[in-house]
Amino acid sequence: MEKSFANLTITNHGIDRRGFLKGVGATGALLLTANWSWSQEQQKKYGGEGMPGGTKNDPKLFIAISQDGTVYITCARSEMGQGIRTSLALVVADEMEADWEKCRVVQAEGDEERYGNQNTDGSRSMRHWYEPMRQCGAVARAMLEQAASRGWGVDHEDVRATKHSVVFPRGRRRAGFGELAEAVARLPVPMGSAIRLKRSNEFRYIGKEQTLSADGEDIVSGKATYGADLRSVGMVYAVVSRPPVFGSKATSYDADAAMNVKGVIKVMEIEGTVVPSEFKPLGGIAVVAENTWAAMKGREALKVEWSDSPNDQYESQHYRRQMEEVAKKRGKEIRAHGDLEEAFAKAKKKHAATYYLPHVAHAPMEPPAATALLKDDFLEVWAPTQAPQAARTHAAERAGLPLEKTRVNVTLLGGGFGRKSKADFINEAVEVAKAFPGKAARVQWTREDDLRHDYLHTVSIEHLEASLSSRGKVTGWLHRSVAPTIMSIFAPDQRNQAAFESNMGHGNVPFAIPNLRIENPGIDAHTRIGWFRSVSNIPHGFAAQSFVSELAEEAGKDHLRFYLDLLGEDREIDPRSMNDGWNHGENPETYPVDTGRLRKVIETAAKEAGWGKRMRKRRGLGLAAHYSFVSYVATVLDVEVKKGGELVIHKATMAIDCGPQINPDRIRSQMEGSCIMGIGLATTGEISFDKGAPKQSNFHDYQVPRIPQAPKEIAVHLVDPGKEVELGGVGEPGLPPVAPALCNAIHAATGKRIRSLPIGEQLT
Amino acid sequence: MRTIRLNGEEHRLDTPDDMPLLWAIRDILGFTGTKFGCGMGLCGACTMHMDGQPIRSCVTPINATEGREITTIEAISKDSVGEKVQQAWVKLGVPQCGYCQCGQVMSATALLSRKSSPKDSEIDEAMSGNICRCGTYSRIRKAIHTASADLKGGT
Repeated sequence: MEKSFANLTITNHGIDRRGFLKGVGATGALLLTANWSWSQEQQKKYGGEGMPGGTKNDPKLFIAISQDGTVYITCARSEMGQGIRTSLALVVADEMEADWEKCRVVQAEGDEERYGNQNTDGSRSMRHWYEPMRQCGAVARAMLEQAASRGWGVDHEDVRATKHSVVFPRGRRRAGFGELAEAVARLPVPMGSAIRLKRSNEFRYIGKEQTLSADGEDIVSGKATYGADLRSVGMVYAVVSRPPVFGSKATSYDADAAMNVKGVIKVMEIEGTVVPSEFKPLGGIAVVAENTWAAMKGREALKVEWSDSPNDQYESQHYRRQMEEVAKKRGKEIRAHGDLEEAFAKAKKKHAATYYLPHVAHAPMEPPAATALLKDDFLEVWAPTQAPQAARTHAAERAGLPLEKTRVNVTLLGGGFGRKSKADFINEAVEVAKAFPGKAARVQWTREDDLRHDYLHTVSIEHLEASLSSRGKVTGWLHRSVAPTIMSIFAPDQRNQAAFESNMGHGNVPFAIPNLRIENPGIDAHTRIGWFRSVSNIPHGFAAQSFVSELAEEAGKDHLRFYLDLLGEDREIDPRSMNDGWNHGENPETYPVDTGRLRKVIETAAKEAGWGKRMRKRRGLGLAAHYSFVSYVATVLDVEVKKGGELVIHKATMAIDCGPQINPDRIRSQMEGSCIMGIGLATTGEISFDKGAPKQSNFHDYQVPRIPQAPKEIAVHLVDPGKEVELGGVGEPGLPPVAPALCNAIHAATGKRIRSLPIGEQLT
Repeated sequence: MRTIRLNGEEHRLDTPDDMPLLWAIRDILGFTGTKFGCGMGLCGACTMHMDGQPIRSCVTPINATEGREITTIEAISKDSVGEKVQQAWVKLGVPQCGYCQCGQVMSATALLSRKSSPKDSEIDEAMSGNICRCGTYSRIRKAIHTASADLKGGT
């Protein structure tokens, strides 16, 4: 284990945790050691406690203090740009009164038994870990105070920790955290009693405006370590030729030409997977070489024959027509109340619209890459993974080793967006490592690999119908969503959306409509479907928010007024009353859907954007607001469509209520990023299939926003809920309202409705 | 064997003529600050400087660098403009995942080196080859203006 590490040149101090702990230990670090537990009687099955591994608040796991005063804070969640390494660490630092300048963040390896849940998705990290991390820091603070008071022979009550020191004001005494490290290490951890959390007016970092980053300087100087940045003497590099169509396998291959490429060492088969694929590799032929370039050249020279696949006929236009047909008939009922047929029959006016959203690829800037080393019956992996424990379980199984002989080190992720929840690329690295015992083996995906073998965001047809009363009130609402489900990667014959998909803005629309039916007709998947940032909220939110705008027009009303009317009176809706028993995994008692909070973000965004003001010709404001990941976001875009169709986004105004705001700057940055990503998926984002394979291969034909497409200004408003509420998500909820706000703005500017994404050439 | 001049030092290495500079520097010489993003010169993650000009190292064969001075992110803080760009990036909290940011810093440094006070339109033009999937563009614009002001202030 230690030997395997010695063989590697680790370029990031954050990764070598073992070495670091040893070093710290040698200088007499504090590792809080007792088995301290926080209010164990409060057993919850929701939130963090409802996740595999639960949460941990034991300071010995997360905090170490060295005699030089450096405080090491362990982050067990993966960093992919959301800033969680910074945000969670500053929560700990604040509660323990540590000076952020003297804190270092250490990344935990994948071990949920030890660290609690590490699956970094669902916009959950801060929501589930804020309280445990506060408790951790508060216990450490109490212990530092105790160590100092004992040393001075004074009452614990008379001393207090403040900015990296403990002070005894009356005696004018002061001891730095470093000086206390040894004494505090000998103290027992106080067992659950009388640990005082700070009051909010005592916060130093929590909720404050700042741009602190644990990784900023390393990132801009090239020192930060991502999935492909680990180096080792004798390391081998592989790329894999994978089946062009999902479900196909290599039937034969000719390795000769590949082996003739200078630097190629080996050509080997990686066993193909059977459908459902889960997170197993797609299989194929790996070309292993002395460097990445040689491996890529070797793969170009390789000849592989592929078998037929049941998905050979997957073609996007045909599939779209198939979905449209399916959407004409009734499907699985997700939620219903009132009498929709009667409402439609009596209606003064009826309106229907059908929307199409294509597959999109995550395309994180860092294509998947992982390194594995199998040595002396121990497997070590370095990978940019959102799911370290799942990666570890997979890697161990593949290497035929027990979990305790498998270690997954989590590097920084060069973007994740859901793609790196899947361990398929890590499994490939383990397969290559098995063929090269004692050597580190890297599998590098190219951009072409990434776009052709993604777990794509679903493709969907969203069909809506509504009835309007003579006064322009919505009396009936039908929403049929047809989309291949993520469940199809886990089990055969999965044709309907799971609860975690339909309750993303489809079943759980919080509108005050007397007659409503939400349906999901089934359809088969023909490629790997996966989570993409904000998941099914994208199609559901796009359709519902576009349709509300259409209905406002049909009713002859202002979109803003019409939407607020549709929400009805401010109320807290129990998600179970909307047939949503999932509720993002949160307690329905403490996480109702609060229409008052949704109204407030809508009013904020509208006001800040100058809703109702006179707009120049060919310019318009578009609104959308969506509840997801137990947060509320409204977006207003100010766009201009020039003659010839050029789209200019002058300003984006976003308002979010995510409950308590822990690191406001990172909330803002997530909104900014969501805005850009939303503009991308609305304007150009599309992966389409022909003969079973994606047609797009790189950034020339899968275009993502570049700096000229970015709005001239993105104004983010953090809305105070105005009452005591629980924490909401931040990483994902900014995305769903962007595309519908954009298309509603285009309608306001030009009168043209966009019902099919991407917008592409539709404006020319 | 061939010689390349990288960050002010000469390095000897044995590679085929057509190996892109990116892989020679990452895999053979071991400087991993420069990132691989697309392999087609489309995303800018691999941006380096050759004689001060930004190049896409994923499509620049190593034999085209003979007699040229290559600068990577590892040495850009020695450049007074590069240093200010890095500082502005940290100060404004530009990076999210950070993977593209070394390339962004290299492109921004090249821009400010030839134009000390770029307008937004000039920034957009110079930076349009660098994709950021996290969407940090509005902060990139601000950070370039900040670095520009810092350079003039001589701070």
